[in-house]
Amino acid sequence: MSAEQLAGLSDLFVVAAVLLYVFAMVGFAIELAFGRARPDRIAGRPSDGVAESADQQVTVKEPVAVGAGAGSAGDVVTAAGPLVASGGGPVDPSEPGTGTAMAGKVALGLAWLGWAANLAAIVSRGLAVERWPWGNMYEFVVAISFAAVTAFLFTQLRHSVRFLGPFVMVTAALGLGLAVKVFYTSAGPVVPALDSYWIAIHVTAAIIASGLLTLAGVAGILYLVRGDGMSRLPSRDDLERVAHRAIVFAFPVWTFAVIAGALWADRAWGRYWGWDPKEIWSFITWVAYAAYLHARVTAGWRGRAATIVQLLAFGCLLFNLIGVNVFISGLHSYADV
Amino acid sequence: MSVQELEKEQAPKHVQLGLTGWLRWAWRTLTSMKTALILLFLLALGSVPGSLVPQRGVDPDKVALLYQQNPTLAEWYDRFQLFEVFSSTWYAAVYLLLFTSLIGCIIPRTATYLRELRRKPPAAPKNLSRLPHFASFESGLTASEAAWRLRKRRFRVVTGDGWVSAEKGYLRETGNLLFHIALLGILFSVGFGSLYGYRGNVLVVEGDGFANTVAAYDRFIPGNQVSAESLEPFSFQLSDLKVAYQLTGEKRGQALDYTARLKVNDHPGSPARDYDLKVNSPLEVDGTQLYLIGNGYAPVFKITDGKGQVAYEGPVPCLIEDKATMTSGCVVKVPDAQPSQLGFLLRFLPTSVPLTDGTYASAFPADVNPQVEILGAFSGDLGVNSGKPQSVYTLAEPEVLRKLKRLFMGSNTPKPLAVGQSVDLPDGLGKLEFTGVKKWITLQTSYDPGRMPALVAAGTAVIAIMLSLLIRRRRVFVRVKEGGTVDVGGLTRTEGNVAGFHEEFAEIVKVLSAGDKDVR
Ligand code: HEM
Repeated sequence: MSAEQLAGLSDLFVVAAVLLYVFAMVGFAIELAFGRARPDRIAGRPSDGVAESADQQVTVKEPVAVGAGAGSAGDVVTAAGPLVASGGGPVDPSEPGTGTAMAGKVALGLAWLGWAANLAAIVSRGLAVERWPWGNMYEFVVAISFAAVTAFLFTQLRHSVRFLGPFVMVTAALGLGLAVKVFYTSAGPVVPALDSYWIAIHVTAAIIASGLLTLAGVAGILYLVRGDGMSRLPSRDDLERVAHRAIVFAFPVWTFAVIAGALWADRAWGRYWGWDPKEIWSFITWVAYAAYLHARVTAGWRGRAATIVQLLAFGCLLFNLIGVNVFISGLHSYADV
Repeated sequence: MSVQELEKEQAPKHVQLGLTGWLRWAWRTLTSMKTALILLFLLALGSVPGSLVPQRGVDPDKVALLYQQNPTLAEWYDRFQLFEVFSSTWYAAVYLLLFTSLIGCIIPRTATYLRELRRKPPAAPKNLSRLPHFASFESGLTASEAAWRLRKRRFRVVTGDGWVSAEKGYLRETGNLLFHIALLGILFSVGFGSLYGYRGNVLVVEGDGFANTVAAYDRFIPGNQVSAESLEPFSFQLSDLKVAYQLTGEKRGQALDYTARLKVNDHPGSPARDYDLKVNSPLEVDGTQLYLIGNGYAPVFKITDGKGQVAYEGPVPCLIEDKATMTSGCVVKVPDAQPSQLGFLLRFLPTSVPLTDGTYASAFPADVNPQVEILGAFSGDLGVNSGKPQSVYTLAEPEVLRKLKRLFMGSNTPKPLAVGQSVDLPDGLGKLEFTGVKKWITLQTSYDPGRMPALVAAGTAVIAIMLSLLIRRRRVFVRVKEGGTVDVGGLTRTEGNVAGFHEEFAEIVKVLSAGDKDVR
């Protein structure tokens, strides 16, 4: 296949991914809309956990896990303490009707198909241009949408987070749509400064972190949107936990991405840190997420305040990704927008 | 007693804190988590103007432009040091406070941590079923056997009468402390580098050379502790610069590769070696880095004056006006010309093509059909010897320019010159000949003794933050009751990242409950 054909194929895959994400979103939304409403906190469960009781909140996700795990060793476990007692949990938003559960399952399948199309778009683009396919804004946004969906689907493999489905799907579809409509750049080579193996290291890390942080951002917004009391949305504790998990993984990756960027700058521009606008905003984003991690362990800041800090940090991330490329010129102005 | 007197009496006495009391209070406030949080916010917030207001160190031209366009605003910016945010007093105040707070945080925590390291896990609670994780099974397991199996899983273990208490995950706190210490390391490395390092920029034309001395630089930014003698005495000659461009497709004209071929002498007298300097692959000479950061054209001119003497001959570096086509603007000053000085404003077109309206433009960035367009030629006193600082990229100040005599104007400007062509100036004032095309490169040298320590500290920070965030501190207790019932309880000691512990707990229960032979 020629490079042009591959590039054309990649464009088609992006469109396919957008459609599949939209369909998946509808399925997830049906499941959520007709599922059971839940109280803000499950009775008997402590609120914003004190250190010692925190794991209780996670274990309820899979109330029978301990029994199941030990079952293979000969069914010797007889009690699971408070684990079962506090039951309920965020687990499955669709316990009541099988129809809604079906919608959720179909949606999940569609999401995986969309994910595959998104991946195919990235790979064929990479083959078409014979380099890492994140050399400009368009490719970067396509890759971040992919990373966000990957973070969601892979989390879903181990913990039920289907409640995030509609929101992750709409975010990814919007991201891809934005990439196609606003940032589209036809396949081609990059400028010499970008022609380095560092793009594989630095930008890949940034993409992975951004994908995870997007997941956290979605959970954070839901946290604020969700009122007290009954709601079809999962409890705030669950939302905050998903966000925290994602950030805990993303923060070291982001730290690494910033440092790899500094190493690259040291190769390309003759200094490892020069307060270029992109560097400034990466730093601001990093400090803001560090502030979130601190806020979570500071008395009086847990819960809502920490979530707001998290969303501010997410805003910094988005501004760095889009705002800096569009509004501010600097050494990083390769974005081709 | 009046009511007022009564109130006075009952009002709390103003507590005399005394100096030490105040100091203690200040220190405690400074090192509290809330203060750290606020200082982190301030650090983030304080960085924002650094990206919105042009910075002197990054973009001095934009700062100058702002002074021209809006002097009042520029002065206000300057008053708040907004043109150099990252070296401003207020920014330094924020990060110094933050790092003081950090030190105040690290020291007591390290002390606690060292004590914790030596302390044994606490005795097992009486009733394990109250713990967040609990399991119970019948088996012949003894406490010492349980302790052994837990030890094998790298738990720190204490045993008592029929109970075992085990703890694991101390690396979490190690990671956290190390991370914060590494941040200090980064700060110190950066500070050290900016005191003892330097940066310099220089423009070199093909065929010319450069020797690393302060005087040879166009711009030199030394650290406070750098002396002129400390510069590494290397030198080089620029043989040529090769630029590859995309020839077809939508990205036609985009640069693909720059290669500057150098002959480098690492020390005076040492044999020359060849080096291909490229973007992303700097030349290193004994810790000093040399980077290729820009390039452009330097057309070569030969200018003969009114007396028939060659008043100037050589390349003239031109400033790029349009990056996509490398259309460049050139200024040629000839103060040695007789009887009067000459000056030229020229435009260099690397691939010149005529347009339908009779003008010319460049169609491609490579020098396929290089031509020079004369925009203006002047004679008279250029003011070069006035003692005022002059830029090589502007012909003269507007007031000087107005007094010059215009030799070519508007419609009587000659057609663009190709290589080898020349034009006679009116009134027998001389001749301008376009004899060839060279390229120039801009280089940056930098010497930063802090970069390796900074790298080590940063690498440590990444690894440490992973330990800190991904490891959980957890405890497992075992009680062997009479009749062979074994209770196992578990908990994690850190909030948040506890997911996965119940799998681990189940695994531990499995190992403990397994028969004698089945221990992995
Ligand atoms: C230079 C600025 C600082 C940065 C970038 C920073 C960053 C971080 C990060 C990313 C974490 C998360 C690690 C974790 O949760 O285990 C953390 C934890 C922590 N930081 Fe900082 N920190 C800074 C300054 C401080 C200061 C000044 C203090 C003391 C007041 C402090 C005290 C702590 C404590 C106690 C934790 C542990 C929280 C926990 O147990 O989860 N940090 N810091």
